[in-house]
Amino acid sequence: MTDPIVRPPKKDPQKVTRPPELPPLQRSRAALAMSAAASRGAFELQCCKACGAWMYPARDACPECLSVDLAWKPAPDGGEVIAETTIRTTVDLYFRQRTPWRVAMVKLDCGPSVVCHLHGDVEVPGRVRMTAQLDKGGNAVIMALPAKRTPNMADDPELRELTASPKHRRVLVTDGRSAVGQAVVEALVNAGAALVFVGIAEPWKPYPGEDRLKAHENVQTFAFDLTDTTSVQDLAGEIGGKTDILINTADHVRPGGILSAPGMITAKDSFDVNVFGLQRLAQAFGPGMVGRGADGTNSAAAFLDVLPVYALANTPDFGIHSATAAARLSMLQCLRSEMRAGGVRVMSVFTGPIEDDWRQPVPPPKVAPGQIAKAVIAALEGGIEDSFVGDVAKDVATRFRQDAKVLERELGA
Amino acid sequence: MKETTTMNGDALLSALASGIRGGGVRVVDLTHTLAPDFPVMVLPPEFGQCQPFRMEEVSRYDARGPGWYWNTITMSEHAGTHFDAPAHWISGRNLPAGTVDDLPLDRLVAPVVVLDYSAESAADEDFLLTRAHLEAWEEKNGAIEAGSWVLFRTDWSKHLGSDKYLNLRADGAHSPGPAADAIEFLVKERDIIGFGTETIGTDAGQGSHLEPPYPAHFILHGNGRYGLQCLAGLDQLPARGAILFAAPLKIRHGSGSPLRVLALVPAPDVV
Amino acid sequence: MTRIRPNPRRPYENVAVAVPVSIPYVRYSVESAHWWIARALSELTKRAGIRPADIDGLSVSSFTLSPDTAVGLTQHLGLSPRWLDNIPMGGASGVVALRRAARAVEAGDATIVACVGGDANQVDSFRKLLSSFSRFAQDASYPYGYGGPNGSFALLTDHYMRSFGARREDFGRICVDQRTNALGYPHAIMKKPLTMEDYLGARAIADPIHLFDCVMPCAGSEAFLVTTLDIAKDLGLPHARLASTIERHNAFVDDPIQMRGGWAVDVDELYAMAGMKPDDIDLVETYDDYPVIVMMQFEDLGFCKKGEGPDFVRSHSFTNDGNFPQNTSGGQLSAGQAGAGGGYLGLVEALRQVTHTALSKQVPDARTALVSGFGMINYDRGLCSGAAILEGVAP
Repeated sequence: MTDPIVRPPKKDPQKVTRPPELPPLQRSRAALAMSAAASRGAFELQCCKACGAWMYPARDACPECLSVDLAWKPAPDGGEVIAETTIRTTVDLYFRQRTPWRVAMVKLDCGPSVVCHLHGDVEVPGRVRMTAQLDKGGNAVIMALPAKRTPNMADDPELRELTASPKHRRVLVTDGRSAVGQAVVEALVNAGAALVFVGIAEPWKPYPGEDRLKAHENVQTFAFDLTDTTSVQDLAGEIGGKTDILINTADHVRPGGILSAPGMITAKDSFDVNVFGLQRLAQAFGPGMVGRGADGTNSAAAFLDVLPVYALANTPDFGIHSATAAARLSMLQCLRSEMRAGGVRVMSVFTGPIEDDWRQPVPPPKVAPGQIAKAVIAALEGGIEDSFVGDVAKDVATRFRQDAKVLERELGA
Repeated sequence: MKETTTMNGDALLSALASGIRGGGVRVVDLTHTLAPDFPVMVLPPEFGQCQPFRMEEVSRYDARGPGWYWNTITMSEHAGTHFDAPAHWISGRNLPAGTVDDLPLDRLVAPVVVLDYSAESAADEDFLLTRAHLEAWEEKNGAIEAGSWVLFRTDWSKHLGSDKYLNLRADGAHSPGPAADAIEFLVKERDIIGFGTETIGTDAGQGSHLEPPYPAHFILHGNGRYGLQCLAGLDQLPARGAILFAAPLKIRHGSGSPLRVLALVPAPDVV
Repeated sequence: MTRIRPNPRRPYENVAVAVPVSIPYVRYSVESAHWWIARALSELTKRAGIRPADIDGLSVSSFTLSPDTAVGLTQHLGLSPRWLDNIPMGGASGVVALRRAARAVEAGDATIVACVGGDANQVDSFRKLLSSFSRFAQDASYPYGYGGPNGSFALLTDHYMRSFGARREDFGRICVDQRTNALGYPHAIMKKPLTMEDYLGARAIADPIHLFDCVMPCAGSEAFLVTTLDIAKDLGLPHARLASTIERHNAFVDDPIQMRGGWAVDVDELYAMAGMKPDDIDLVETYDDYPVIVMMQFEDLGFCKKGEGPDFVRSHSFTNDGNFPQNTSGGQLSAGQAGAGGGYLGLVEALRQVTHTALSKQVPDARTALVSGFGMINYDRGLCSGAAILEGVAP
């Protein structure tokens, strides 16, 4: 059984921080589709449209019938582990830092055999449940998990490499004034975060939930304004070296499209928080996090942004807001590539309209802050790069994958 | 005092210069430092908002500019210690010379009267300065001359850095300010240049609930008078006898501007 | 569908294999693959008493020629062959090169084919080689602990042990006996005796693979000539007759993990073509990058049944003077693995043994040898297998 990980001791200032090496990065183009599925938390394999055969590794043609008409589909995740090894010596710099490393051969119920990471609680031979996770290099890898949950399962060192679990980690939540920010803080405390730093913009303005927020033992609040470069740099100077996970819950939302919008100032305010705020965060905290991507149990693990699903397509009633979301998404894509150097995950939690003052005229279903908080924790614990919280976000995501142009027309109708 | 008016300009300025240089005249700064964490006016969120001061570094002897340091700053016209021109308020929208690029220069350098209600403000965060207060003040200190700036000392600037400065609660801000009759009196009967405060606006924190709402803004600007707010250091000014320098930036069609407010005050007599 | 008429194999009528060349291996070398191959070819022509221009067929196997192939090598080395082959089959390269060259010679497409395999081994070149080995390995094997071949064979070995009751000691017997053979082979990289105790006490590399289950990557090259029996005789070269060969790729795709190699598909043909039985073989050169695959070859090449490998090992000795001489120069496990040269090592050694020109201890009365090749862990298993039977021709 997995030993529960313990809260790491304070860092030895004489020790060199372990450099963040990455696992092998190169993949064929075909294999990237598995990463795309894994980024959404799905275990997908290729299936031949002509003969129905499942196949692995990723191919460009079916080994049963030579058809090139292949599709990635959610695959049955059961299998039988038939062999195992523990790698103790490797020439790869990433794995060298992490041996011993357990690896298995699993015969999938759907056919193919898979070389995969092997959870410490799996007995060989035996039944396993397969999961595809993004590794530190952002590529999908398959891991065999115990068929039934085991105690402390998430603490398995190989699995922890594939997630950004908040357990024992120190987390910054950027907007403690909002209900979403407060719900996320609460969820992090419950998920075992060692410390939660909470940014409060314009602390001289009172806000609901303040007392409850400050009552948590492991929560520290800081004056912190995403629109103020100095403020962001100051906080990074103070806690940047021990921020393991950064969660941006800030979102400046005002109704209005381009023609019906109140004007440039509101648009600028929105962009300043949603887009440039994200940039300030990334520039102030990113380099430190990248440098600490392999810093032990509480290494820097994730930069997570909670953003509107209308990043995918504009909803004209909130046209400017959608535009900021799209810019935000684009920034995250850039940042994801840049943060990869440190093995730090950049995660997006896309939400539908939140139940708040600004979205009164928006018809239900809406997302409650508690749901978002739950999705944030699930994303971190599951290592899921893109998650969609609430019915509207899931609906928009589905339509987006089907046809982005159709979605544009639907939202703009 | 009358004799000085017989001096010509050269002599006047020369006397002033020697006073500033050699004693007798002190330059006092009435300005807060412009900084990103300086609070701004709070309006309901559905309205356009007052942009706080922001500063982005352009270069600092680095790759962005190896030999020089400079910043780009952005802010509302009404951020930090700032000047309100008549056009700032709807009541002053049709007045001539209502914007900061078009102000008579003699209004920008003028004598200043300081009304000290710091004790009253300490006792009552919603202290309202009324006509009755002014009449009582004049009783004691003599009449306010036409063409003066009037500054309302509350020592509120000393709350900067604490929540008390804005003193926001669910029912709005709580800070001292003038009642309508006080402003009516100063404008109509004393013909002042403008009215200045240490608080975030020229009106009381609860000024929107007065009649008319925001009486200082409404009456001052409706009559072509100016406002100064977020002033500091009023405790260094005498009740009268100082000269105020309050020249906003010359912004085309500007409604106001952050500025450096200076005062020349008689130095305490050297013993 | 039309029924396809069988196309029976023609026997080898007139194929001689001669001039076994081994350029001594070194652990690391700054020299390139071109250098190592040139040395082997130079030695080959000198010992055959021919000019380089007499080589009108060339077969090359190397992982480290990149960006060159056999084509670039012709210009680099000033050769002008009328028949050229490039065999990227790793451990199966020697046997496959021989097969192809034999048919070229029989058909008259070439007169003298030089077959050469060799690789450079510079510091860090093993790591670089692994990282570009194959698409499946890149996508689906190396991201899992990056054990390389050690990791892949660890899984096979683990499964084999679970399935057939093999113990580490059984693999140890193979390794220990091969080391004994290597001590008599002057070019072997490993020069110290290996005891069962040493073997069992070695550090784990990828369980159940331990240090002495692994080969030592090194630089070196191996070569031989293929020509007709008459020409070999005219040149006065000790030579062997090629009796039979087999080759198979990606066999047994439905096996969930490799338990047998492609030999099992074609082994009957191997012996039938040679007109021999397993008992007629005097010595065996298996492909031995890991001992588990040696054990599988004993099974798949007909020396025992599937699953009897462990018992077979327990009841035989594999030294050159034992009752089953096997990997008589120490195999790759003790002689070293010079990249694709590893696919030539057994064939070159077998040629020396059956022509009685051994550098290692001569197996008494050796006349027939079975040489086996195995290569290319493309993803989870070795895809290429081949075997050949050589028969020494009395001078």
